[in-house]
Amino acid sequence: MEKVLTRNIEPGKAPTDMAAYEANGGYQGLRKAMSGMSPLDCREVVSASNLRGRGGAGFPTGMKWSFVPMDDKCTPGHKYLVCNADEMEPGTFKDRLLMEYDPHQLIEGMILSAYCIGADISYIFIRGEYIVAIERLRKALEECYAKGYLGENILGSGYKLDMYVHPSAGRYICGEETALINALEGKRANPRAKPPFPQVSGLWGRPTIVNNVETLCNIPHIIDHGAEWFKSLGVGEDAGTKLFGVSGRVKNPGCWELPMGTPIREILENHAGGMQDGLQLKGFLPGGGSTDFLTKDHLDLAMDYNVIGKAGSRMGTGTMIILDDQTCPVGMVLNLIRFFAHESCGFCTPCRDGLPWSRQVLEDIEQGRGRAEDLDTLEYQINYIGAIGNTHCALAPGAMEPLQSALKYFREDFERHISGGCCPYHLAKGA
Amino acid sequence: MSNAKMIQSDISSVLTSQEMAEIDHELEHIPYKSGAAIDALKIVQAGRGWVSDECLQAIAKYLDMSPEELEGVATFYNLIYRRPVGEKVILFCDSVSCWISGCDSVKQTISDTLGVDYGETTADNRYTLLPVPCLGACDRAPVMMVGDDLVTHIDDNKISALFAVSKVEGQS
Repeated sequence: MEKVLTRNIEPGKAPTDMAAYEANGGYQGLRKAMSGMSPLDCREVVSASNLRGRGGAGFPTGMKWSFVPMDDKCTPGHKYLVCNADEMEPGTFKDRLLMEYDPHQLIEGMILSAYCIGADISYIFIRGEYIVAIERLRKALEECYAKGYLGENILGSGYKLDMYVHPSAGRYICGEETALINALEGKRANPRAKPPFPQVSGLWGRPTIVNNVETLCNIPHIIDHGAEWFKSLGVGEDAGTKLFGVSGRVKNPGCWELPMGTPIREILENHAGGMQDGLQLKGFLPGGGSTDFLTKDHLDLAMDYNVIGKAGSRMGTGTMIILDDQTCPVGMVLNLIRFFAHESCGFCTPCRDGLPWSRQVLEDIEQGRGRAEDLDTLEYQINYIGAIGNTHCALAPGAMEPLQSALKYFREDFERHISGGCCPYHLAKGA
Repeated sequence: MSNAKMIQSDISSVLTSQEMAEIDHELEHIPYKSGAAIDALKIVQAGRGWVSDECLQAIAKYLDMSPEELEGVATFYNLIYRRPVGEKVILFCDSVSCWISGCDSVKQTISDTLGVDYGETTADNRYTLLPVPCLGACDRAPVMMVGDDLVTHIDDNKISALFAVSKVEGQS
């Protein structure tokens, strides 16, 4: 398969600097755009490519951009492009790779995306713990300013763009785009009410686009090679390639660039090497901590947004977390709910009070204090907290996804905890 | 006028001129002073390890914010420390992939080796242990940050090597 996003990436080796990036076709997309393509031309190519957001929601990127007011429809002032590099979804480890080893690819993607929406200022909002990525991105930005790829009159086109690396001060909720905008404004990162959408009123009340790292990394290649080429990369319904990852107790956990639509079985068996010896696959979260469990019955599904959606889950970030048959599903869900309860911003009641309640019930079950009616309580919570519209943002409904699907597929495990008065998995391990 | 001068001198008796210069640098591309709140907290913390009440009040004055409002911001973010921390902060990942890979027992070993639980600092002031959301290195679980360094595939040997070497350095 043709490597696109990871063509310059070899973990363990030196990151790609300006010279190496350009030697391998880097900044060709930018040169092409700046020598005769209008922002609208570029945006049309991206729309036609069917690129969908790689941060988890899968929203079509071209359509997201199309809501930004252009030219005379926009009152004078700044427009912003923000890269969401706040990778913190449990089990997700793809953007780190892209930023640490090929920072120029992201920057080129951001310059082009900013050009498409007419932004003059852009931020890379990156989690503070990504020390190496922050350092390498800053160095790459310096190289870009020196080369005239950033700043005034980029490549003689008259287009001007400034870019800043903004390390975050923490908290999972900053990955929500309106919470991220509040964090960039120096406030508590509570999500905002929508509408107005950030495309119209975002950072400092100005039109703002927030895109995920991997989404932006696709842009230079789409501009350089065209929409049809990009669509031809996928082997299923969706266009392009994707970084797919596998973590958990498999033989070879890792992250690989594969065509969109690659079957789950191929990722798990060919790339991750299958389960570790002595372990069986029990289930998996297909795309991070806030996606529904799937089971071995789903292994032949293609990793496409709609295919995984129809199976009752979400492709999310495309980084799978594997549950083996000797790890307690109740314990795993408890770990996830504990995480989400801790990371609630506290703004709305179902999330602030509901998630700790779910955590309490799960702790009781896991520690052998569970009662039969606890499962009804969990169902009640799932229906209430999980319903879109009852909460201010998607954090709490996302938290309910692994819980509701665990109850569906692993209900017996919950019941054994309650009837036996202890965790059967701990017993088996002699803990 | 004199009141304003007094406030100004209060600030400069707490914040260093370099800290104020760095905050001013951030303000160059931020339309409102309070917009630099998180940057300012991080700038002050970078040099001092944490943000004291005195510093928080000085930053609030510098950015024309109430101390209460700034406190609301400071306490929201887990990488802003409102209590003193050790020379290095250990950010220990306890999220799902690390949990599957046995991080609970790893954390216990670290706690036993250093004699601290979450939120505590070692007696020699070298380490503070804190939990952190998924560090995005799940293929190398279990993982943690020790200061600026990512430590992957943590096991008993790594823990004793890491913290034993540090102890030797500490004694010399």
